[in-house]
Amino acid sequence: MLSKPFNFFICFLFLFTIPNSFFVKAATSNVELIQQNWPFNGIFGRFDKASLQRGFKVYSEVCSACHGLRHISYRDLEGIGYSNDEIKVIAGEYEITDGPNDEGEMFTRDAKMSDKFVGPYENDKIARLANNGAYPPDLSLIVKARGGGADYIYSLLNGYKDFPENFEASEGMYYNEYYPGNQIAMPPQIEDDIVEFDDGTIATHNQIARDITSFLAWTAEPELERRKSLGVKTLFFLVLITIMLLGVKRKVWKHLD
Amino acid sequence: MKAKETENKTGISHWIDERLPVFTFINHNLRDYPTPKNLNYFWNFGSLAGVTLVIMIVTGILLAMQYTANTEMAFDSVERIMRDVNNGWLLRYIHMNGASMFFIIVYIHMFRGLYYGSYKYPREILWMLGVVILLLMMATAFMGYVLPWGQMSFWGATVITNLFSAFPVIGDYIVTFLWGGFSVDNPTLTRFFVLHYLLPFAIVGVVALHLVALHQFGSNNPTGIDVKSDGDTIPFHPYYTVKDYLGLGVYLIVFAFLVFFAPNFLGHPDNYIPANPLQTPAHIVPEWYFLPFYAILRAVPDKLLGVLLMFAAVMVLFFLPWLDKHKIRSANFRPFYKQFYWLFFINCIVLGWVGAMPAEGIYVLISRVATLYYFGFFLIIMPFLSKFEKTTDLPSSISAAVISEKFDNKEPSSSESYVK
Repeated sequence: MLSKPFNFFICFLFLFTIPNSFFVKAATSNVELIQQNWPFNGIFGRFDKASLQRGFKVYSEVCSACHGLRHISYRDLEGIGYSNDEIKVIAGEYEITDGPNDEGEMFTRDAKMSDKFVGPYENDKIARLANNGAYPPDLSLIVKARGGGADYIYSLLNGYKDFPENFEASEGMYYNEYYPGNQIAMPPQIEDDIVEFDDGTIATHNQIARDITSFLAWTAEPELERRKSLGVKTLFFLVLITIMLLGVKRKVWKHLD
Repeated sequence: MKAKETENKTGISHWIDERLPVFTFINHNLRDYPTPKNLNYFWNFGSLAGVTLVIMIVTGILLAMQYTANTEMAFDSVERIMRDVNNGWLLRYIHMNGASMFFIIVYIHMFRGLYYGSYKYPREILWMLGVVILLLMMATAFMGYVLPWGQMSFWGATVITNLFSAFPVIGDYIVTFLWGGFSVDNPTLTRFFVLHYLLPFAIVGVVALHLVALHQFGSNNPTGIDVKSDGDTIPFHPYYTVKDYLGLGVYLIVFAFLVFFAPNFLGHPDNYIPANPLQTPAHIVPEWYFLPFYAILRAVPDKLLGVLLMFAAVMVLFFLPWLDKHKIRSANFRPFYKQFYWLFFINCIVLGWVGAMPAEGIYVLISRVATLYYFGFFLIIMPFLSKFEKTTDLPSSISAAVISEKFDNKEPSSSESYVK
């Protein structure tokens, strides 16, 4: 009798693996991505808060010139370890248009904690105009919206090369070995010491790429830590109760022999 | 442990039961209900499908309270659920992965029926109601996938609704009618939301009929032999209730693993990009559970024929009881059918795999061969075997089969030699 539930389980798991092979991750490029050992990978995965804060600084000082984070509110920064007072200061650096007020006029005011991140452009048309026709995508979900996830973003940031010979490049484009089609409109942004980290971490190219990728992984899945810790508890409970049910089942069925 | 409750002639439950026989009903259908004693774990999948349907409806109703069915707001409202609604991410991930789990469960349930001949006399209508449930599930799942209004939502909806344009003369009218306009747009999204909310309750109705039909003759069993005496059956409770609970435990472990640790594993990254009618994704791929049918669609160079074949691939299941008229139900006693069956199983997986590949080169050829076998299995092999296949010796009864199985189990090292 022991083998039967076990066989069932194996069978079930086997069937479960089928969709895996069906599934095609968005074919980005034929080049293998640079695999990083992210602290948020795996069932016990957690974010490295210091890295997220450094990444936030990279976003604020570099990326935010062109890319928005429209799904993130300033209050969400609590999730990467900032206090309310710190967040108020951060939000206060931005201005947003509000209104109309009692006189029927629109007015500008400092952003509050409850406001969404202020984007770099008024609208999509201006964004394209300012970027040679290319639209800099919103980064809130970018890690979930690209096959390969964080590894893809990290690879892309490290993937700039000179154009190979005989490559027919369009004007204003850059060569990136991980980008589909290899021509990307975004110029390389990261270089050593382009930001200065508050915690004294040396801002090497790789360090910056790693921190900004971690930050974007967080903006895509701010619930990740809660999800994984709840998952571990849930699985623990389910495995326990299933083992108990196995005992009950065997005991009940014994009457039949 | 039999019928104590019903003899109790006093008390509130008796008072109610006399006027509305709910307790008699429960007793009859969930407790004493005589069930073949040799059901294996593949008979768990019916109850698992029922549980999944309930999970989907409950999470779905809660999600609908937060979702906005408008092209301008749908994507953001889903992200709001993920970020700002209390445990919204959990609800959405359960609902999203629940759809995949539902199809895994139902496909296994169907393959079990196909193997043990559960669709044969006298369970034809039971099987056909099951196919109706499958069709309703497919429609519901397809429309549900459109609701987040991501790139795959939009382009999947565009491709699938456009299939109807293949029909001559009326095709374009059908498509305009489905869209509620001249492209996939706000009216399309609104009606898909309404229907996505409505159809699951239709599924509940058909599931009720499915159960009525099931309890008319009771479950089939791995030998496929009819119940001949009381000795062949055991009461549903406690034997199968506890077995169903055990199966549910294992199922929820797999389900929870997916929800908590790989919630986007079965989804497509492009669906986290808001829908953009001006930008077509590089590959438009349906959800994994539609891939075999998608492969059949693309195997045919003619659009209309492809569409018809794709629908026929599901519709052919309605005729199964009359395509396979072999007297013996279980494939265990049909040596030839058994082999064609497993080939068919592999063939379905191959179809799913080529459905995910680009429609070019060798994949087209593979999809054509696989499509040919898919229909050949039902339309040629099944009727042929019905006439000519000789069966191996059947046990005289369910009890006899159970006893001989126990005899086998005593000597596991040489159990192979006992297989007749």
